[in-house]
Amino acid sequence: MEEFVIPKQAGANYLNAEHGLKSWLLTKDHKRIALLYLGAISFFFFIGSLYAMAIRLELLSPQADLVQSSTYNKMFTQHGIIMVFFFLIPSIPSTLGNFLIPMMIGAKDLAFPRINLLSWYIYILGGGVTIYALLAGGVDTGWTFYVPYSTTFSNSYVIAAGLGIFINGFSSILTGLNFIVTIHTMRAPGMTWYRLPLFVWAHYATSLIMILGTPVIAITILLVTLERLAHIGIFDPAAGGDPILFQHLFWFYSHPAVYIMVLPGMGVISELIANFSRKNIFGYKFVAFSSLAIAVFGFLVWGHHLFVASQSVYAGMIFSFLSFAVAIPSAIKVFNWTATLYKGSISYDTPMLYALGFIGLFTIGGMTGLFLAALAVDVHLSDTYFVVAHFHYIMVGGTLLAYLGGLHYWWPKISGRMYPEGWGRFSALVVFVGFNLTFAPQFVLGYLGMPRRYHTYPADMVSWQVLHVLSTAGASILGFGLMVPLIYLAWSLRYGRIAEANPWKLPGLEWQTASPPPTENFLTTPIVTTEAYEFAPPEHKEVVGKFERQPTEV
Amino acid sequence: MPEGLATTHEASHSALQHHFENMEQQREAGTLGMWVFLVTEIMFFGGLFLAYTIYRYQYPAAFASASNHLDIRLGAINTAVLIVSSFTMAMAVYSTQIGKQRNTIICLILTMILGATFLGIKAVEYHDKYRDNLIPGQLIPGHPFNPVVAKPGDTDPHKLHLVEGATVRNVELFYWIYFAMTGLHALHMIIGLGIMLVLTIMAWRGRFGPEYHAPVEVSGLYWHFVDIIWIFLFPLLYLLGRHLEGHIG
Amino acid sequence: MQSWFPLIPESASTYSGDVDALYFYISGVTVFFTLLISFVIIFFVIKYRRRNPTEIPRPIEGSMKLETLWSVIPLLIAMTIFFWGAKVYFNQYRPPQNAIEVYVVGKQWMWKFQHATGQREINELHIPVGRKIRLIMATEDVIHDVFVPAFRIKTDVVPGRYTTEWFEATKPGRYHFFCAEYCGMNHSGMGGYVVVMDPTEFENWLSGNANQMSPAAAGQQMFESLGCASCHGANAEGGRGPALLGVYGNNVTLNNGTAVRADEGYVRESILNPQAKIVTGFGPIMPSFQGQLSEEQLLQLVAYVKSLSTPKTETAKPPPVAAKPGASPKK
Repeated sequence: MEEFVIPKQAGANYLNAEHGLKSWLLTKDHKRIALLYLGAISFFFFIGSLYAMAIRLELLSPQADLVQSSTYNKMFTQHGIIMVFFFLIPSIPSTLGNFLIPMMIGAKDLAFPRINLLSWYIYILGGGVTIYALLAGGVDTGWTFYVPYSTTFSNSYVIAAGLGIFINGFSSILTGLNFIVTIHTMRAPGMTWYRLPLFVWAHYATSLIMILGTPVIAITILLVTLERLAHIGIFDPAAGGDPILFQHLFWFYSHPAVYIMVLPGMGVISELIANFSRKNIFGYKFVAFSSLAIAVFGFLVWGHHLFVASQSVYAGMIFSFLSFAVAIPSAIKVFNWTATLYKGSISYDTPMLYALGFIGLFTIGGMTGLFLAALAVDVHLSDTYFVVAHFHYIMVGGTLLAYLGGLHYWWPKISGRMYPEGWGRFSALVVFVGFNLTFAPQFVLGYLGMPRRYHTYPADMVSWQVLHVLSTAGASILGFGLMVPLIYLAWSLRYGRIAEANPWKLPGLEWQTASPPPTENFLTTPIVTTEAYEFAPPEHKEVVGKFERQPTEV
Repeated sequence: MPEGLATTHEASHSALQHHFENMEQQREAGTLGMWVFLVTEIMFFGGLFLAYTIYRYQYPAAFASASNHLDIRLGAINTAVLIVSSFTMAMAVYSTQIGKQRNTIICLILTMILGATFLGIKAVEYHDKYRDNLIPGQLIPGHPFNPVVAKPGDTDPHKLHLVEGATVRNVELFYWIYFAMTGLHALHMIIGLGIMLVLTIMAWRGRFGPEYHAPVEVSGLYWHFVDIIWIFLFPLLYLLGRHLEGHIG
Repeated sequence: MQSWFPLIPESASTYSGDVDALYFYISGVTVFFTLLISFVIIFFVIKYRRRNPTEIPRPIEGSMKLETLWSVIPLLIAMTIFFWGAKVYFNQYRPPQNAIEVYVVGKQWMWKFQHATGQREINELHIPVGRKIRLIMATEDVIHDVFVPAFRIKTDVVPGRYTTEWFEATKPGRYHFFCAEYCGMNHSGMGGYVVVMDPTEFENWLSGNANQMSPAAAGQQMFESLGCASCHGANAEGGRGPALLGVYGNNVTLNNGTAVRADEGYVRESILNPQAKIVTGFGPIMPSFQGQLSEEQLLQLVAYVKSLSTPKTETAKPPPVAAKPGASPKK
């Protein structure tokens, strides 16, 4: 490893380089922009969680006792919109991705810093318009906006909410564009593609989806708005239009969108597993190309959301087949991560706990996707709580856990402080337990036949109520577990142990500079001569079976 | 290219952004950025092209009738205008590359004039649709879609001539696609004109030369892209079913 | 399974057993791999825990063999699930022979059922056990869905078209059905019961509610009152418009040379958008009835046109039900 000049901690870093609100709101520094995003995203996550709590409280009993149906319908709609568009899609890329990608490739910033800042402002504008929609009266179409309910029948603020999402989409597109150009053109000397951390590969794949998929949802929302405003009959059968066209257009983006949500998380997990086992990732190239494969295949499977929507049987067969195919690269990753642990040197720090939790929960979430890809079973499970459980396992058990793990892992780099390890492990455990208790019962609930988006359910289904009570209990525990890091991370900013530049003692490029880093990231442009996750010199590599390089000594 | 550990940029151009190592990297990033952006634009228009394809397949007679009603002369003139504007744009790029500032400015201004001409002709076309009550839905409140359908034998060009099998309802579908696609295209043209204006001012101030002309190149890419979209729109919207019965003029 | 806590709903159709079998298979695969990975992880994480703060393990690049193994095996397993699922699904989607047809109209937030013999129901559907039941469904407003968990079937009901689903109940009982496509305020209240009865009970129920006109008869009345007869003939024998006798269920040649099958959707489209498909030899003179007929009325006209074809469709009353109570002939 190169010896870099690391300034003393008391020196200038990106946090104290400039002061004042203007220096933050008009910053071009990707690290500050990442923190701007962190604040905004946390705010939206909090709002989304409030809706979740309300939903879970209402479902404790079969009757409608907390809120009226029209309100409940708005709550699950808004929970979905906020969590999907304003938390899950931007979270890891806009915070961790923004902060780390330039550092991981040895660059001073992203390719287009002003566009990066513009992305944030667009996000805030989109979020603002959406918040307006919520406050003005809410939207009740479900986050999926199916027509003709959303175009003709809903009396809620569909256009405002749609506009907010439309605007926000451009934030996503510009971020993806920035990442792609940065990774292509701004790698430091010696940083070849195969030396990139897998976090960067994952974000590259995510960015491909962002730029290709997001414009389609943009135009779809535009069409819904036109139909609602001007009564053009795009999706109206009475005018010759087709409501199923909407579903195809919507899911053409929204299915790849779920890979936008999970791929960055997988990138984080690769970093955590490798670095907390002190080993390179087993099958690096396979993991890298699996990310790309997921991005590509992800565009080919949208029809599995239309199996019961009067899509043709033959189209159903094709989409089902492809949906099984897209599961394979994810499985490859899980196996490679597990194999990385073999003969590693594993520590039980908080980030590693989150990473291990991710692997287990993502496996369950992914495998429950197999149920939904299987045509005959999906007929029964579609639009039930099984689907809800499936995607929450991946989104919360996967993405959220990865986000928390990454936040803890890079916290010293971002803030210059360590979080309290004991509290970190405690909350990781509480989150894990609470999460499983919340969503595992929902698989059973779904197969038993409880449809999703239901405000009330039959009182004679006692088993349903039992499962809902378990789920709500779990949600309370999960909620508590998520509040604890909020507190201690904030606490650590002031009172946490001051971190050294490389507190975990790792070879990654981002650790070869101060914590927090200077504004220009590195004092001198790094020259990269080592492979990714190279803890030990290459001569010491052990080979399992035939592979590329032969060791010079075994 | 590794240039050692130097932190200062020896031949630092005034336009070099602080986070790039050199002008070469900056130019490469800018160009790649524009190409990636254009890919997103293809996907953006793609949804509309998809809707067009599906509904045209379902309602060929209605689409032919509606397409016949568009003014092919104005459409063809617009096509020619845009193609020439792409030529003048390319000449502007060339002029900056060889350092001819005056030519650059002239070519940029010509491009803007042609672009404005395109928009002017489009405005005339839109007005014609308004006059013939062909604005779909209730885009203009109080002025719904209500064309006068020509009886057989009537050759009035202001009336809608329906090919056999076409219904007015489905003709309306064509028109919303027409307005959505050409409207989105026109929006991009307007943005393009704005970009041209900025470039012209920058050129007038002597910002461009052989060693720095990336903004002109990159804007040229954008302009050509907008042109290409129109080249797809023109046949799809204007040239359907010209050979069919019901064609007037 | 209903012992102390149900993990699956009652199994009450010829289809539900197949679905459950596949569900258990996938569950087995899921549990197996989840446990496998969990145990391996826990084992590794304990066995290879860091014992020395400075230790650096030997790096391991990878293994082509292992990568192949754990790509191919999951792919093969996935394919078994795919084929099994596709097979069961495909069987369920073949149109059933000799099915009792029921017309269903959904609207915010209720379901209207009408038997081919005229009985109307709201939010409840009485059917005999051991017979195939085919639902022909339409919606008056937004997308809805008919989901019967006990039968393991579900199909969306989409505006502008007919969707169908069929099932054969295997044991008598009252089974919940739900709307399973979010449709607005009272989505969670939009459901009811499918009441499966023994054949004799069902006969009694039919005759006890037999005071209503069959949809086909109502359709015939409308055929006259709307003036269809003026072009299609008083007995649908044709005239300025094509004959409708024997049309349903067979192929129709259009004026552009192509042929289409005259199914329920074709009949509906011909009424609402007649210019879309014009029968060869006829002109585009039929007026559209868009906006003039409710979904129910459309279904009645469809039922009437169906009745003009050879009787593989229901007309006056269902054929006598011969199956023993509780018996469920395998499809």
